[in-house]
Amino acid sequence: MSRTVRWISYSAFFFLYLPVIVLIISSFNASRFGGAWEGFSLTWYQRLFHEPTIWNALTNSLIVAVYSSVLATILGLTSALSLHKYRSYLQKIHLGIILAPLVMPEILMGISLLFLFLAISVKLSLFTVFLAHTTFCISYITLLIKTRLESLENSIVEAARDLGASSWQVFWKITLPFLTPTLVAGWLLAFTLSLDDFVITFFVVGPGATTLPVYIYSMMKFGAPPLINALSTLILLFTAIITVIYYHIAEGDRS
Amino acid sequence: MRRIKEAMLTFPSFCWLFFFFIVPACLVYILAFKTADYTGKILPGWSLETFYSLFDSRSISLTIRTMWLSILTTGISIFIAVPLSYYMASCKKELQQKLLLSLMIPLWSSFLVRIFAWKVVLHPEGLVKTVLVFIGIIDEQTILLYNDIAIVIVMVYSYFPFAVLPLYSTASKFDFQLFEAAMDLGATKRKSFFSIYLPVIFPSILTASLMVLIPAAGAYVIPEIVGGNGAEMLGNTIVRRVFLDNNLPEASTLSLLLSVVVLIPAIVIATWKASHTSQIKGYS
Repeated sequence: MSRTVRWISYSAFFFLYLPVIVLIISSFNASRFGGAWEGFSLTWYQRLFHEPTIWNALTNSLIVAVYSSVLATILGLTSALSLHKYRSYLQKIHLGIILAPLVMPEILMGISLLFLFLAISVKLSLFTVFLAHTTFCISYITLLIKTRLESLENSIVEAARDLGASSWQVFWKITLPFLTPTLVAGWLLAFTLSLDDFVITFFVVGPGATTLPVYIYSMMKFGAPPLINALSTLILLFTAIITVIYYHIAEGDRS
Repeated sequence: MRRIKEAMLTFPSFCWLFFFFIVPACLVYILAFKTADYTGKILPGWSLETFYSLFDSRSISLTIRTMWLSILTTGISIFIAVPLSYYMASCKKELQQKLLLSLMIPLWSSFLVRIFAWKVVLHPEGLVKTVLVFIGIIDEQTILLYNDIAIVIVMVYSYFPFAVLPLYSTASKFDFQLFEAAMDLGATKRKSFFSIYLPVIFPSILTASLMVLIPAAGAYVIPEIVGGNGAEMLGNTIVRRVFLDNNLPEASTLSLLLSVVVLIPAIVIATWKASHTSQIKGYS
């Protein structure tokens, strides 16, 4: 039994990392068609730096990610605070509305936002992408903060109140410092979610305002594979670093 | 005062999601009961015409195909995730953290990049093909890409870590001494796994299934990139109706269908869990 379990587990990790490793190796392959090995080369990385459209798309992605992750963190904070503090009927609906986006396939969210923007005739642009990204990030951040709030000892808050602190003082001196690592972690999560999103963005992105994933997708559909290998390797490296930072923060959070 | 404070805290997120989530969703469902002419202009008045088109043979086979591929993906993912989470939970604490991190790193990295990586892996001149031909499992003519098997492989790859998370969180709370107790009483290892461990994690298996089933049923990029020409799923067809045919009402009816496909198992599982919470307390 335990041998089967171990065998399946090792294979699962192998399965998980196989494509990533193959991709990284291929990015150094001199071959134009990404097939058989034709020698080590950095050509594709050099070419990457001479593609202004990629850098343009990356800039767009970063702009959207910064704005939407900040706004989503603020909305997530207020939302988690109210869910934690009050036990009314309103909060039951509130929780439902927070959880619903998580069980909805991304494609449905994309199409429904597109219909909204068409219905109120808002021109599709980076701004609509920003609205969409903020929307799907709120739920994740709210749940993250809400879980953290549940571990805040009520006695500390009560002690502060007994000593005459106002609810504002409690918020600024106790709750906010207590939540800071979680807020950073949640912001980082939203930032990467936004940076990576393709499906929803695809529906609401305007002409001429491509984000990086939308650009990568069009590259994937219409050729230039070796260039994507190189770009993907850089993205993998970047996200691996962010992930390690995130879990470092989250771990400090727990202790 | 308390009321006003509550309203002020609830208002921002509530209104945002109401306007950007609830209203848009309603728009989609309303549009499902409209028709459009051939230019894509939405005609006034209500009609069940597009709605009835869900029951033609093309839509039905598309739905069955989507459900079949996503259920298959879910099954395989659970088959991997149950032993993997068991293994992770039975490791030493520090190793557990490292395994969890190595499970999460690919999840954080670009979704598109990981799908594209499979195109490289299954490439006709790629490594995997060469190895499989060398071993003799497939011959030179077999094409690994652009078929349903490729779709299922990549969907399992993309979504199985989501199944591991709820299973692992239950498994890590499991008291492995129960096994020793069972074995002292004469149970075999296999027997104690199936009659002690599985019933405990069963509710998490249901949650884990949903975590895979929902994205798999709504998959659009994966069938588009690694699927063949006729490899349509509901997601692709919806996108085609929106961007190629410019027929928003038809896209809406299909979206309605997709949400039903996803909601039915979600509601069944939620109801089952709600009626069994007393038994599974402490483990769910």
